[in-house]
Amino acid sequence: MVETAQQDNLSLAAIQAGDRAEFARLVDLYSAPIYRLALRILGEPRDAEDVLQETFIKAYRHLKDFEGRSSISTWLYRIASNEAFMALRKRKPEAVSVDEEISTVDGEREPVQIEDWCCLPEAEFLSAESREHLDLAVGNLSPALKMVFMLRDIEGLSVRETAESLHISEAAVKTRLLRARLQLREELSQYYGERLKEVKQA
Amino acid sequence: MTEHHHDERATCRELLKSLSDFIDGNLDESLCVEIEKHMAECDRCQVVVDTLRKTVELYQNIYPAPPVPDEVRQRLFVRLNLDDFLSRRQPEH
Repeated sequence: MVETAQQDNLSLAAIQAGDRAEFARLVDLYSAPIYRLALRILGEPRDAEDVLQETFIKAYRHLKDFEGRSSISTWLYRIASNEAFMALRKRKPEAVSVDEEISTVDGEREPVQIEDWCCLPEAEFLSAESREHLDLAVGNLSPALKMVFMLRDIEGLSVRETAESLHISEAAVKTRLLRARLQLREELSQYYGERLKEVKQA
Repeated sequence: MTEHHHDERATCRELLKSLSDFIDGNLDESLCVEIEKHMAECDRCQVVVDTLRKTVELYQNIYPAPPVPDEVRQRLFVRLNLDDFLSRRQPEH
């Protein structure tokens, strides 16, 4: 969702002036990416739907304050990510911090798993078991890391758009993205490394 | 696997910081050349880069872009008092 309102010929002025048809257009244009993000962060369709609804209710209420400094999509993502974090906090108050500590003294943990599993037969990556491990690994990311990973790698936002959506610095986005990717790589390497051994033995 | 000496290990650690930018193609050319040169001599880093790239690719493949289910859209429009616009569906992103 990197397109801008201009490209969609969406009239922000009309929406701000109370044009409901134009607001409906905005909802239709952006509800898919917002719902998708919420679903991936929260896992539950019911919770994702709540986030979707709250996002547009808040957007409607605050549209008059939107100054267009960021794109409308970034602004909507910002509302949605706040809502998703709040939903997570309701579930597990102690586990969720948006401003997670991201710097450590010695930087990133060095990679431990060094198995070259890229050469596994393609069918290995498409199995239900493989999918389970992918889901499990992403589920183990902290909410702050998962959010950056989803926005940047899955939704395809730029570093800058991700930073604006989450109200964090570009440097923080880069650090979190690297950390998320390395953690996922480590976990997947454990699983696919084992698969590699089994495939070789077979 | 290549035996690691102290200075090589330091290069591996340096490389780790630039990995995301490297696989995204966001690094200066001179730095890319340096990393590629290091990887040619360091199996370990080559494997880390390859598997990191594959990791991101796997996730991009398993997450398609599904539309909002019809009933979810319907409830959303009702909640926003936009039910009179329900019949007009716009192309989604």
